Amino acid sequence: MTIAPDAPAYTGPIAHLTREDVEQLGRELDAIRQEVIDTRGERDAAYIHKVIKVQRSLELGSRAVLLASIFPPAFVVGTVGLSIAKILDNMEIGHNIMHGQWDWMRDPKIHSTVWEWDNASTAEGWKHSHNELHHTYTNIVGKDNDLGWGIMRVDEEQPWTPSSLFQPAMNFINMCIFEYGIAAYDLELGRVLRQKKKGRRPSAEWEMAAKKTVAKIRRQAFKDYVAHPLLSMIALSGPTTLVANLTANFVRNVWTHSVIMCGHFPEGVETFELKDIPEDEGRGDWYVRQMLGSANISGSKLLHIMTGNLSHQIEHHIFPDLPSNRYAEIAPKVRALFDKYGLNYHTAPMPQQVASAWHKVLRLSLPNGFMESTNVRNAPSQLGKLVKAVRGDNRTRRRILKEFEAAGAASIGTAV
Amino acid sequence: MESMVEMSTSPALLAPGEVRRPAWRERFSRKAWEVAESIATPLAPADYLDMFNPLRPGADLRGRVVKVTPETADAATIEIKPGADWRDHVPGQYVRVGVDVDGVRHWRAYSLTHGPRKDGLISITVKAVPGGKVSSHLVRRLSPGKIVHLEQAAGEFVLPSDLRGHKFLMVTAGSGVTPVIGMLRNLFPVTDEGVVQHQRLDVTVVHVAPSRPDSIFIRNLESLHEAGAIRLVTRYTGSEGRLDVDTLNELVPDLKERRAYACGPAGLLDTLQAWYDAEGLPLQTEQFRLATVVTGEGGTVAFTGKTVDAPGDRPILDAAEDAGVLMPSGCRMGICFGCVLPMKEGAVRDLRNGELTVAHPGETGPEGVPIQTCISAAAGECVIDHPAS
Repeated sequence: MTIAPDAPAYTGPIAHLTREDVEQLGRELDAIRQEVIDTRGERDAAYIHKVIKVQRSLELGSRAVLLASIFPPAFVVGTVGLSIAKILDNMEIGHNIMHGQWDWMRDPKIHSTVWEWDNASTAEGWKHSHNELHHTYTNIVGKDNDLGWGIMRVDEEQPWTPSSLFQPAMNFINMCIFEYGIAAYDLELGRVLRQKKKGRRPSAEWEMAAKKTVAKIRRQAFKDYVAHPLLSMIALSGPTTLVANLTANFVRNVWTHSVIMCGHFPEGVETFELKDIPEDEGRGDWYVRQMLGSANISGSKLLHIMTGNLSHQIEHHIFPDLPSNRYAEIAPKVRALFDKYGLNYHTAPMPQQVASAWHKVLRLSLPNGFMESTNVRNAPSQLGKLVKAVRGDNRTRRRILKEFEAAGAASIGTAV
Repeated sequence: MESMVEMSTSPALLAPGEVRRPAWRERFSRKAWEVAESIATPLAPADYLDMFNPLRPGADLRGRVVKVTPETADAATIEIKPGADWRDHVPGQYVRVGVDVDGVRHWRAYSLTHGPRKDGLISITVKAVPGGKVSSHLVRRLSPGKIVHLEQAAGEFVLPSDLRGHKFLMVTAGSGVTPVIGMLRNLFPVTDEGVVQHQRLDVTVVHVAPSRPDSIFIRNLESLHEAGAIRLVTRYTGSEGRLDVDTLNELVPDLKERRAYACGPAGLLDTLQAWYDAEGLPLQTEQFRLATVVTGEGGTVAFTGKTVDAPGDRPILDAAEDAGVLMPSGCRMGICFGCVLPMKEGAVRDLRNGELTVAHPGETGPEGVPIQTCISAAAGECVIDHPAS
């Protein structure tokens, strides 16, 4: 790719890099990708086959144990097993197969075009919103709906509104019912409902997708909340099986939500403005956006598997179609490139990343500058202003938000 | 879950409609299967059943390798127990076998080297061709217990059902002997007392190979010859030179009176076919290694209903869209897999790293090779299973 002589210089965290640097970085990452592709083979195929086999055995076994879930030990064992089975299905298996990571095996049963997962959202809808939109437009404000999933403000650049105050609660509810949250998100339900209010009918395409999602939700709910509990009635374990299945889905929801929050939400992860993305964004530029817009979770091998290797979110975002079992292997090489080019490789243990992500959700539920400029002494007056911002008309709100921002900047200044 | 397994292995469920049963049973089994489906969703009941018995009735056709017997230094006979739904075959037919080599599924066709056997096994004989990924894997790495994927036997290279009044000629070259061996074994079963000849048949086999040690099944052919069942004529090209039609006329004086079968490489078959065509005589041929896919820079892409010219430096997606084909698409940079379409035959080059993906008709899965059109450029004449409008 040729470089336009008048191409603007980089700003922000890559201000120290030249266009040539970024292109070279792109080539070095391409080389890492090629190395994996050249050595992809039997070992990798054996890995995914094994994970699938373990998942299915675990699911069958747990469901069988739950047939007798009226006995507390069976209830506990079955519920734990089923929760793990569902997490494996969604993360290491479903997410990665639907990414096309295993398409190279040419196995018609383990292929992105046919795979369906144990989740309320349809594979088809998820592949569109996740693979096509989120992975292409990663962390571009206004383009990547994963940035707050359309219900939250997770970047200073997103405007604050009074409803932002509810976002910690919204995020908590979303966490509990995450599979339905994803399904609604894949359908862009919020946008469609807003348009409906304005009197615009959703497209026929959307209605088709919605119908498929409803059918999927019905199948999923029937399985977990009707069919299996009924089967368990042979040992009077219907109600306990119902509770176990609800619990397993809840555990899966909380776990996947937490892992996914760690991927892009922790403090310090970069977001991007559409206006800053060059029209002809090169491969290197795209790589850099993925590198800075993602965060890893450090931990054990078991943790990596349970997160579907999204603990290697950075590696995954750079190479979304490489088999997940290889991310750990290339991570040191990727990290070396971060060091070489002076970029921040964002990684921390899971509790830290989850806390950091929640901190951001809380902080941004308040206007920019509010947290920084509030202390015990001025708390009552600050709260008074906040109430005014909520209650007041647009002009008052804008004025108060500006004041907060200025006060925040000033207090950071004095602290320094 | 356990009860599901139990329910669905009952034959009543697995062959719906095949056996005449009372209507209520029919209805019951259909309902039971629906229940199994609703408790297995989003997977299919078959996904769980396959864990226990991949060869059960109703499963995708597979087989379990029972025995691998070396025939020569680079060929082996593989005996396979086929799945319950295997339909019998006619000697001379071939079977398509799907096997994972280096983690990638490959399909190849091999002649069945037996007629239907009492023990229900099928057998193929494979010669490891130099550079042949699949054949080398089958000969050297396949071990008993491994599961392979199968399709039902197919092929027109079979003897007529009524053999009376025919004289036969079978020209075999190299591993082209395999379907003929299947026919001969069926015609002349070998027992402890020797070769059984049910009927007096006049069969001449002309076998062409570089040398005797290079010939698979040469001992079988020689013993049939010694028993008087066939007349064997060998032509070892290493010492005796190539076989041409004039030589064949000398070796088999009554050539024109014989019903002829030939199996071997393309060159020999083409020569024979030309001669038989000129004489106005029929020739039954079989060739496994189909003409190789010619790869180059750019080419054409045939969709159902339209063929598009596609340059070697542009994604097929762009070329097809410019030509008015309605294409599925997504990120247009190779990461979202929203543009994947099945290539039935042809070759494409990955524009990111230059890697070739080739679909040989007959050697890839029945559904073709899925390719990402947004990062693939044509590298030859491609056929993609997708309607042009």
